[in-house]
Amino acid sequence: MSQSPVRRLAGALLLGVLAVPVSAAEVNVYSYRQPHLIQPILDEFSKETGIEVNVVHAKEGLVERLRHEGRNSPADLMLTVDIGRLVELVEADLVAPVQTPTLTADVPPQYRDPEGKWYGLTTRARVIITSKERVAEGAIQTYEDLADPRWKGKICTRSGKHDYMVGLFASMIAHHGEADARTWLEGVKSNLARRPQGNDRAQARAIKEGACDVAVINTYYIGNMLEDPEQKGWAEAVRVVYPNQADRGAHVNISGMALTKSAPNRDTAIRLMEFLTGDRAQQMYAERNVEYPVKPGVALAPLLASWGELKSDELALTEVARYRSAASKLVDIVGYDD
Amino acid sequence: MTTELAPTGARAGPRVRRATGEAFDAWGIATIAVAALVAMPVVVVPLLALFPSESIWAHLASTVLPGYVTTTVELMLGVACGTLAMGVGAAWLVTMCRFPGRRIFEWALLLPLAVPAYVIAYVYTDLLEYAGPVQGALRAAFGWRSAADYHFPEIRSLEGAVLMLSLVLYPYVYMLARAAFLEQSVNILDAARSLGCGPWGAFLRVSLPMARPGIVVGLSLAMMETLNDYGTVSFFAVRTLTAGLYDVWLNMGNLGGAAQIATVMLAFVAVLVVLERGSRRRRRHYQGGDRMARLPGYRLRGWRCWLAVFLCTFPFVAGFLVPALVLANHAVAELPGGWTPQFRGYALNSLGLSAAAAVAAVCASLLVSYRRRLRPNAWLTLATRVAGLGYAVPGAVLAIGVLVPLAAFDNALDALAREWLGMSTGLLLSGTVVALLLAYVVRFLAVSMGAVEASLARVTPSMDMASRTLGHGPGATFRRVHLPLVRGGVLTAALVVFVDSMKELPATLILRPFDFDTLATHVYQFASDEQIERASLGALLIVLAGLAPVIVLSRTIAATRALEEHAGTVQAPAPAVIESVRA
Repeated sequence: MSQSPVRRLAGALLLGVLAVPVSAAEVNVYSYRQPHLIQPILDEFSKETGIEVNVVHAKEGLVERLRHEGRNSPADLMLTVDIGRLVELVEADLVAPVQTPTLTADVPPQYRDPEGKWYGLTTRARVIITSKERVAEGAIQTYEDLADPRWKGKICTRSGKHDYMVGLFASMIAHHGEADARTWLEGVKSNLARRPQGNDRAQARAIKEGACDVAVINTYYIGNMLEDPEQKGWAEAVRVVYPNQADRGAHVNISGMALTKSAPNRDTAIRLMEFLTGDRAQQMYAERNVEYPVKPGVALAPLLASWGELKSDELALTEVARYRSAASKLVDIVGYDD
Repeated sequence: MTTELAPTGARAGPRVRRATGEAFDAWGIATIAVAALVAMPVVVVPLLALFPSESIWAHLASTVLPGYVTTTVELMLGVACGTLAMGVGAAWLVTMCRFPGRRIFEWALLLPLAVPAYVIAYVYTDLLEYAGPVQGALRAAFGWRSAADYHFPEIRSLEGAVLMLSLVLYPYVYMLARAAFLEQSVNILDAARSLGCGPWGAFLRVSLPMARPGIVVGLSLAMMETLNDYGTVSFFAVRTLTAGLYDVWLNMGNLGGAAQIATVMLAFVAVLVVLERGSRRRRRHYQGGDRMARLPGYRLRGWRCWLAVFLCTFPFVAGFLVPALVLANHAVAELPGGWTPQFRGYALNSLGLSAAAAVAAVCASLLVSYRRRLRPNAWLTLATRVAGLGYAVPGAVLAIGVLVPLAAFDNALDALAREWLGMSTGLLLSGTVVALLLAYVVRFLAVSMGAVEASLARVTPSMDMASRTLGHGPGATFRRVHLPLVRGGVLTAALVVFVDSMKELPATLILRPFDFDTLATHVYQFASDEQIERASLGALLIVLAGLAPVIVLSRTIAATRALEEHAGTVQAPAPAVIESVRA
């Protein structure tokens, strides 16, 4: 399009009125992760590079915001807490593939998209916890055991509709098929000590208080609880059982990131991505949040290390994401939350 | 302008018939533009429902939908009973009766309004669950060892949710019922008494029916809040339509399906609104400006007095004092580390945004309702009704409703700029506080519109006619006659929008600019993680920020009457006009 001088002048005027001063080095993040978990890491990045990181955090709706903002969206990077949201971004065609030697070296293939449309940052295992007092060591070994009638009235979980439970159920569907997964979930349901409620911490607390003996929670909650003087006792009352170590391994989910298609600060965003998979950030994830870093060779938090080697499920995370909707419906059909 | 007053006593009030060609004057266009702007996000929701990624109805209908609907209805009925009993009862007592502490209760009963529902739910769960201090003390006192030894009601239940929501929502009913009782003419009550009614008779047969429009507005606000509540019901695992909506959206990745549920909820509310209006249309009450005489003030003695004190103490203590003390207790420990410049910034964001939202919502309500009084217009009425439904839509869904048109506008403007100017304007409104403001106004317009309309409707049309006959134009009539008369209603509206905006969470999370926090978002990030201690300082500040306007408001409502008691002659000394006009 040829530009007449008038147009250019008008453009310049409009620019003067509208343009917000943009500092050369910044990167904009839409984050599903809670600010207090990632802010220290982002601050570290700013300190190291001088690049400013701007964040919007929300629990839902950021994918829709990105979609409707379209090509003018200011967002460069999405941070998510599970694989489901990453796959949703890919399916909505909102992300740009990116591959750099650093990223591919840092993140093992099972934790990233083959084309580089998303990368995992940390993994978290969904493990079984049992009462140290009332349950013998080794009495429960697998997710399948949760449906065993011997645990009738002994099991607590959070709502079956929570992302973490839906993820676990989706992996059961992926491994056993929908019919068997349904029988299993009905078994777990009939073993519940109370209506599913509270978050993962609340399940440890219920064990401590004797409301139930067995629960399913994410590993990092144990670490979080140990740091909180009021909650320390809950964590100390339970034993962590890595499930299915003799067969497929424990169900894991990832927190991850994806570069947006419309990213206005693509280069700085990639720098941030490389920082997040690098040693420093991965170590911070491990130490502060007690998550498993994806980068091989980064030391685990002492607490995680003390539980021994974790064998995790090799099932592709995209498979888990694929069965999420089916898993969510299964929860309705079984009436898990009723 | 050719004007023609409608015949006196006609049911539509002082209608000014427009001359041909005058349909679109500047004010009319401005009014319709405002109404359309606020109605737009609500219209977007059913539009989204047209494009579900997969049809979800068969699955929902055969599994959870009947349960969602039943639970929702039970919750709403429960909260309706709770808010009516506490709200109307307390309002009648403090307005018409005399007993110790009445003057304190007048404003103290409004305070629970400042407590967000999700916060009160966290606080009471902390107190009442198995490990909480209450059950702990009981176990220590009676030597019980475990949960199997005794029965204690489960707070995380439908009944618990009814109680929590009633405690924080009854002030809507209380406030509007009290305003209505205060505006009642003593002459009517005197007439009722002289015709043989006792205090109860006067209450049931005269005051209550006359206050019904206000009470119904308050009740419908409480119902809509109940319908869209997500924080409390998800925390208590009570499966309402809103909980189902989030599930379909987030777990099944089906925004269209979620919007379908939202549309069902809208239909739900639309039916309620239509029924309510239908019943009201047949009985319209007007009152004159004769509020000079003092209200009766039945003096209560003996057990009646103590019962009144108890009835007013319970909602205040349970809805405000207990949560505030628990929060204050935690906040003391948090204060040294928590009172940072950053935190003060969140507080300023909350205050500024909420104040702006209150002003915008009240101006829009006044503009639209006065315009409708002068020139009823079917389109305007429709747009207002639609916008009012925004209150019943869960915040996160409404946020998408705001996002879609704003982003579309920004992108269209950007495309034009690229084409004509060869440059990009980017996103002008999306992701700015403008988006947040619009969301707040749409979300809370029902509140301000309800309060403003209810007060305006009680101003008798003969006042308009008198003023116009005496040569004032519509503008001057509005300034000199209506505005002073509806001042109480306008203040109520502004206050509630302010306090509600302070508490608003889901839409704020989604629409806010980069690195922008309000007290509500700050509180939420900890409270949702069951770290109530770390959330306490922010939560306490939300509650405190709500206090000041509540107190100011309560005084102003009371002062409206007191002033008029002294300066009654300023107003037209028209006789009390009660017109029951049948349609």
